[in-house]
Amino acid sequence: MIELVGVHKSFGSNEVLRGIDLRVESGTSMVIIGGSGTGKSVLLKCVLGLVHPDRGRILLDNEDVETAERDAFLARFGMLFQGGALFDSMPVWENVAFRLLRGATKRPKDEARAIAIDKLRRVGLGPQVADQFPAELSGGMQKRVSLARAIAADPEIIFFDEPTTGLDPIMSGVINDLIREIVTEMGATAMTITHDMTSVRAIADNVAMLHRGKIRWCGPVSEMDATLDPYVQQFIHGRAEGPIEALR
Amino acid sequence: MSLLRPVAALGRATLGALASIGRIALFAGAVIGHLFRPPFYPREVLHALMQIGWFSLPVVGMTALFTGGALALQIYSGGARFSAEAVVPSIVAIGMVRELGPVLGGLMVAARVASSIAAEIGTMKVTEQIDALVTLSTNPLKYLAVPRVLAATLAVPVLVAVGDAIGIAGGWLVGVYRLDFNSTTYLKNTVDFLEFWDVGSGLVKGAAFGFIVALMGCYHGMNSGRGAQGVGRATKTAVVSASVLIFAANYLLTEIFFTS
Repeated sequence: MIELVGVHKSFGSNEVLRGIDLRVESGTSMVIIGGSGTGKSVLLKCVLGLVHPDRGRILLDNEDVETAERDAFLARFGMLFQGGALFDSMPVWENVAFRLLRGATKRPKDEARAIAIDKLRRVGLGPQVADQFPAELSGGMQKRVSLARAIAADPEIIFFDEPTTGLDPIMSGVINDLIREIVTEMGATAMTITHDMTSVRAIADNVAMLHRGKIRWCGPVSEMDATLDPYVQQFIHGRAEGPIEALR
Repeated sequence: MSLLRPVAALGRATLGALASIGRIALFAGAVIGHLFRPPFYPREVLHALMQIGWFSLPVVGMTALFTGGALALQIYSGGARFSAEAVVPSIVAIGMVRELGPVLGGLMVAARVASSIAAEIGTMKVTEQIDALVTLSTNPLKYLAVPRVLAATLAVPVLVAVGDAIGIAGGWLVGVYRLDFNSTTYLKNTVDFLEFWDVGSGLVKGAAFGFIVALMGCYHGMNSGRGAQGVGRATKTAVVSASVLIFAANYLLTEIFFTS
C-alpha cells in the first residue's frame, strides 16, 4: 500500500503540491488525472524519491520512503516514462534487461537476454527487435520497449507517466490494454498519470483528480461519471467553460 | 539607492561564483569517493577510454605535429638574433613535454570530450534517462560520471605522451628538412637535454587536465537546463570552464613543480 500524508512541494515560489493525501491499496490501479502543470509528474517523482517533498510523509507498506533502504525500495518499482527514456547507446534487449545485468538482481548475460526477449514478446514485439537500437524504432514500439523494461524484474509496483502521449488512437488502445493485462496478470499495484480519458477508463480501478496541488476528488472509476464535482465534470468532458481556468 | 546597484550586482555575482565553486568541489569529492566504492562499471570505463583516448589521438597528434614544427621555426628565427640557433632541438623538446604537449592536448580534449560528455549527459537528463537510471537502482553519478572521469584521467597522460613524441617529431622534420639541421645531432640534442621530470611533470599535468575535462563535462551535463537551449548552454559552459581551469591548473602545477 502506498500512502501520502500532507505532501507539500514547492519550486522557488511555485507551490506545486499543497498537501496531498492519497492512499493506493495493494493490487489496485490508481489513475491520477489533472491538467498540465498541476503537479502529477512531481507527485510520482516524490514517491520514487526522484524529488524530495518539503513536508509530509510518503509511506510504502507503512514504512517511510525517505528512511527506507534505497536499493531494496527501488527494486520493488518499475516505471514507464512519458518519453520512454530508453538508453539510446545500448540495444533494445540491454535496455529491457538493464536491471538484470547489474546490481543485486544480476543474472548471467544469456539468461538476462532470454528474459528480455520474453518481456518483449509479452508487449507484442518479436525477438528481431532485441538487437535494434531505440532510435530505429517508432514511438509506439519505444513505448512498448519501455513497458517491457518496467516489468522486466517483475516489480510489485508500476508507475506509468502519460503512457499514451504522442501515440495514435489505435496504438494508445494497444498500450492501454497491455497495461491493464500486465497489471492484472502480475497482481501489481499501479499508479498512472494521464489526461487521456480513454486511458483512464481502460486502466483505472480508482481515480484521483489533482487540481492546484491538492486532490480535488478521489473515488472508484465507476463513480467518476456520476460525481457532481464541477471540476471533475469539466475535466472528463473536456469543457472549456467551468471552474478550471483555461489559458487562452 | 541606484548607486548601490552595481555593488549589489557584484555581490550577487561573487556569491553565485562561490556557490558554483562549492557545488563543483562537492561533485568532485563525490566522484572521487565513488571511485573506490563498488559497484564498478569496467565496461563503461573501457568504452569511455576508447571515446576519450583512442578517438582523440588524431586531433591531439595533428595539433602536436604542427605545434612542434612551428615551435622549431620560431625558436630558430628568435635564436638567430643572438646566434643561438643550436638550441632548437632542446627547446622544442622541453617546450613540448613541459608545456605545449599537456596544455594543447588538454585543450583539444576539452573541446572534443567535455562538449560531447556535457551534451550526452545533458540530453540524458532532458529525456529523463537519468531519472530512469535511478528507478533502475543505478546511481547516475557512479554509472555516468565516475567511468568518464577515471578514463579521462588515465587516457589524457597517454595522449600527452604521444603528443609529445609527435610534437618533437614535428620539430625534427622542420629542423632537418627546412632548417638544415643534421638529423643525428638534432636527435642527440633532444635526448641529451631532456630530463625525466620534464616528461613526468607533463604527464602529471595531463592526468590533472583529463580529470578537469571529464569532471566539467559531467557536472555541467548533469546540471543542464531544460530543452535544446539548456543542453547547448551546458555544453558551452563545460568547454569554457574546462579550458579556463586547465590554464589555472597549469600555472599552479608549474609553480609547484619548477619553482622550488
